Amino acid sequence: MSATIDLIRLSVNGESMDIPAATTLAALLAWLELDTRKVAIERNREIVPRSTYATTILAPGDALEIVHFIGGG
Amino acid sequence: MDGFTHAEDRWTVAGRSFASRLIVGTGKYKDLPTTAAAIAASGAEIVTVAVRRVNLADRNAPMLQDFVSPTQYTYLPNTAGCFTADDAVRTLRLAREAGGWNLVKLEVLGPPPTLYPDMQGTFEAAAALIKDGFEVMVYCSDDPIAAKRLEDMGCVAIMPLGAPIGSGLGVQNPLMIRQIIENAQVPVLVDAGVGTATDAAFAMELGCDAVLVNSAIAHAADPVLMARAMQAGVAAGRLAYRAGRMARSTAANPSSPTNGLIR
Repeated sequence: MSATIDLIRLSVNGESMDIPAATTLAALLAWLELDTRKVAIERNREIVPRSTYATTILAPGDALEIVHFIGGG
Repeated sequence: MDGFTHAEDRWTVAGRSFASRLIVGTGKYKDLPTTAAAIAASGAEIVTVAVRRVNLADRNAPMLQDFVSPTQYTYLPNTAGCFTADDAVRTLRLAREAGGWNLVKLEVLGPPPTLYPDMQGTFEAAAALIKDGFEVMVYCSDDPIAAKRLEDMGCVAIMPLGAPIGSGLGVQNPLMIRQIIENAQVPVLVDAGVGTATDAAFAMELGCDAVLVNSAIAHAADPVLMARAMQAGVAAGRLAYRAGRMARSTAANPSSPTNGLIR
């Protein structure tokens, strides 16, 4: 990655992650290879509607929770 | 028709009608193919699911939805692992976004070793969820007063435990379960403690509208066979409840006529 690209630091599921500035949520999910139909996302404790992933620009310090359904009783 | 379900004996929760009176959990199975096979064998239409962080280190791991289709089964997201109203609301808002359902299972548990329902936390979470538009099926203690209060708050189903979660001890508190059923205008389900098919049948004979089972199927030596047994047990118990059992007597009463005996 070129040194001229600004990186921002996020928290994703409790882990620090550095990504290029101005990345959209949709781009992050594509990079993470996650199927957007099977996950739900909270950004700074607010639900991000699936319809807005492409227009949600991530900001430094954002805390994301990316969840899905697993087996449970 | 499998001989166990009766189209005319459906039950309704939050305006949704179901033929199967067995709800099954999707946890604790050795793998997802076994989960899918056991759930199919159970005949259940509703399955409980948990909401957890995606494992970013292993994101190609198989997902529950690939084996237990949310288009085939009604997913009932739970709040397992939530100990506060805030956590429960956050979790179920995420579940609603992931799946688009309002029908949820609320459980706020106390600490081990009992994992008994934390009723103070349950009341707070139920109030917050109902205010946020959720239809709440609520796991609760076997306390008729608490159960009535939850119903009055607007919970759509009351789900007392029969015994501690995962204990397989069967219905330890039939008197209180019966009291809760008699007081309720919404469905009552035994939601924990069922260990084998007779326990499920017994809960249904008490008059429960349905039974929720997870560990008893998942931890059976043959989960698929136990799923069938649970389906049969629930159906038998329901039929017996509808039939109305004979009166108990402390004295014997012969089954064959006592007149016309040869001399």
